[in-house]
Amino acid sequence: MKSTLNNSRRNFLKMSAITGGGLVLGFNWFNSDANAATVFSSVAPGDLNFNSYLSIATDGTITIQSPNPELGQNIITSFPMVVAEELEADWKRVKVVQANLDNKFDRQLTGGSGAVPHSWKLLRNAGATAKFMLIEAASQKWGVSASECSASESFVIHRASGKKLAFGDLAEAASKVPVPSTVKLKDRKDFKLIGTSLKNVENHKIITGQPLFGLDFYREGMVYAMIQRPAQFGMKLKSFDGSWAKSMPGIIDVVSFKNNVAVIGKSTWQVLKARKMLKIEYEKEFALESTEDHDQLFLNLMDNGQATVRRKEGDVDAAFKNAAKVIKGEYQCPFISHSPMEPMNFFAHVRPDGVELVGPTQTPGRARTQVAQLLNIAEDKITVQLTRLGGGFGRRLYNDFALEAAELSSIIKSPVKLIWTKEDDMTAGTYRPAVRYRFEAALDAVGNLTGYKLRGVGINSGNPTRENNFPSGAVENLLIDSVEHKSPITTGAWRAPITNFLAFAEQAFLDEVAVAAGKDPIQFRLDLLAKAKTSPAGPVRYDVDRMEAVIKMAAEKSGWGKKKDVSQGFSVYFSHASYVAQVADVVMKGGLPQVKKIYAVSDCGQVVSLNGATHQVMGGIVDGLGHAMYSKLSFRDGAADQNNYNSYRLIRMKEVPEIEAHFVDNGIDPTGLGEPALPPTGGAVANAIFKATGKRLRNQPFMEEDVFKTIS
Amino acid sequence: MAIYKLQVNGKTLQADVEADTPLLWVLRDHLGLVGTKYGCGIAQCGACTVHVNGSATRSCVYPVSAVGNSQVITIEGLSEKGDHPLQKAWDEIDVAQCGYCQAGQIMTAAAMLKQNPNPSMDEIEATMNGNICRCGAYHRIREAVKLASTKI
Repeated sequence: MKSTLNNSRRNFLKMSAITGGGLVLGFNWFNSDANAATVFSSVAPGDLNFNSYLSIATDGTITIQSPNPELGQNIITSFPMVVAEELEADWKRVKVVQANLDNKFDRQLTGGSGAVPHSWKLLRNAGATAKFMLIEAASQKWGVSASECSASESFVIHRASGKKLAFGDLAEAASKVPVPSTVKLKDRKDFKLIGTSLKNVENHKIITGQPLFGLDFYREGMVYAMIQRPAQFGMKLKSFDGSWAKSMPGIIDVVSFKNNVAVIGKSTWQVLKARKMLKIEYEKEFALESTEDHDQLFLNLMDNGQATVRRKEGDVDAAFKNAAKVIKGEYQCPFISHSPMEPMNFFAHVRPDGVELVGPTQTPGRARTQVAQLLNIAEDKITVQLTRLGGGFGRRLYNDFALEAAELSSIIKSPVKLIWTKEDDMTAGTYRPAVRYRFEAALDAVGNLTGYKLRGVGINSGNPTRENNFPSGAVENLLIDSVEHKSPITTGAWRAPITNFLAFAEQAFLDEVAVAAGKDPIQFRLDLLAKAKTSPAGPVRYDVDRMEAVIKMAAEKSGWGKKKDVSQGFSVYFSHASYVAQVADVVMKGGLPQVKKIYAVSDCGQVVSLNGATHQVMGGIVDGLGHAMYSKLSFRDGAADQNNYNSYRLIRMKEVPEIEAHFVDNGIDPTGLGEPALPPTGGAVANAIFKATGKRLRNQPFMEEDVFKTIS
Repeated sequence: MAIYKLQVNGKTLQADVEADTPLLWVLRDHLGLVGTKYGCGIAQCGACTVHVNGSATRSCVYPVSAVGNSQVITIEGLSEKGDHPLQKAWDEIDVAQCGYCQAGQIMTAAAMLKQNPNPSMDEIEATMNGNICRCGAYHRIREAVKLASTKI
């Protein structure tokens, strides 16, 4: 495999000596088109202009900077694995460093399951380029041709003589070798690190409690702050009296900006206590919405809303008119909170000459841009230091907390650490919004799907459909449209945006259709895929072969159709750029479902870290299952009813099923895995519950459906 | 405000705080021991778990005035070199995803193993069910506790 570095790109490959001598190789993290269509519409193009560094010290230490925010996807291990693979580095000599925000890096953000797909070739080139230069330096020293030499375990070896030189001893000379314009990448059959299970490079720090996270950050002279925000979406600040709070021990000041009243003090607890003593009056600015209003609104908009057509094929009206059978199903989910374990927090120090930001964000580049705009300061005067993130799930794509910290620091002219409580997180979130879908299917006399309709009614969702996903392309007559309601409740991306619920609704509905057609649910999907392949109805924007492969492997691994003691449900979904099929084994006990096992087959292309990939699949399934079964955030007059883990239900250890994670090994480049394992889970479980009980679950959370509510 | 002398990780440390200050915030803000995490503040998630005289205790709701002469152990003091059987098992099984809840998970498990060095899977689940892992790393947490129990 050949990879070419063009001239302009070569300009980014700068050489310089690091302290103590050695090679510093910069590489450009340019934008790759292959995965440009991920969820990230709101990233400014200017953010995607980047670089990273691989350095080799004379003592043989290889330092690899990991530029992307680490929130549990273990990118801090898998990125360096790719560089080290091509470099032929001894992994034990590799030191990984979390990089801060730097324009030299490209796509320095965590979201859209896009990091590995985006950076795969760049990382490989970075390692391979350095290896080329090390080999060149060794061959010059030995007076032999570079083609007679190879690298392994941080040594360059002359194959004929068996002579060896360590990378550290070669680093200085290698740094003077001209940067090659073309480097040869390894054949995947020669991979030694990629695809294996290397341990998380931060394990020791995590298990010994070292300060890694934003909330752990401390700076001499900083003050602590908490903000009281309006408890109801739609309200604005009218007046406040902070005198009582200000008189409390340890409190330095009470200030207000926008709709916020901030309490500043010497410790977290003092600030937390004083905040309760604020007297604040709010006034109504927008409608104060309740969950009941949304429920009513969904019903109205479903029939009477102004719909935007997303995709149309053939003649849907005729297909439904001529149908032998019509199946309809409506599905609805509630708002949910991201509630990562680490509450929102950020450190900011706004000085006359610049701004220092430190904390957990998935989008550090955007934080800098937003703070620059907020404070009218040039971006190059702002630094952003990345801490480890105690979970993100999409919440930390938004930098409201970083902006609050910066604004507060500019007002009080002091370094400040802003802390949100868990209650703040849940009541002032950027929630996954509620959405309702209506599916309709037309079947002919022999059970062929001849017509398909989907309408999505969402809240602040834009387009809550994925109109080009399966089964589009496999149905002759099709209409997909959507209606939107604008709400003052803040909403945003939540792990696997849109598809985290749409996949359940679609896969549960297709199960209904298969049953109505008298077909096995898996065979029904395979028949549709065959149609998409042989006589597509309009464009097919998913890879039929990849989807077919995960379906077949899931059927095989799960013993589909062969088990007597459990009820099985099937689901398959394409999201971001990967394919995941799942089968759930369910038994009923005392009228309640017990999910015994979930089989998952993922095609995410080449797996980089097997450990990390398995973690993402298992974690994604647990996340998808927990939120499908238990979690719900409701509103009354604009205020969230649930504000902490006692009222907002998350899945716990006893509720997780056994999970078997399989990967398709098809040799294609990585296509991402942070999200794709989550969407199929709800459908597989609901379809298994149907098999067991004959009852269709159409609303989440499942455990609040009438069939279970009375029992649990 | 009052001066509290606390026995933490085998040392006597002092903090000038109000009597109702939760041990969690004394550890984090006043003693610089930030391995103990704030998750929910209402004893629901277990991220703040420390040992008070050997018992797993939710430090977010445990006022400093109740500590007295009790021996407090935090994740930083669980072992000298980070080599407690649970810490080794956590590394071996590669348990952590984001890692934020893991100190609390380990401290909860460590207190259990002291009482019951040979727990069954059911006993492990019964104890660990009180700790939330938002990343859903429950399988590996369970496996690591089991592995550690074979090494104690």
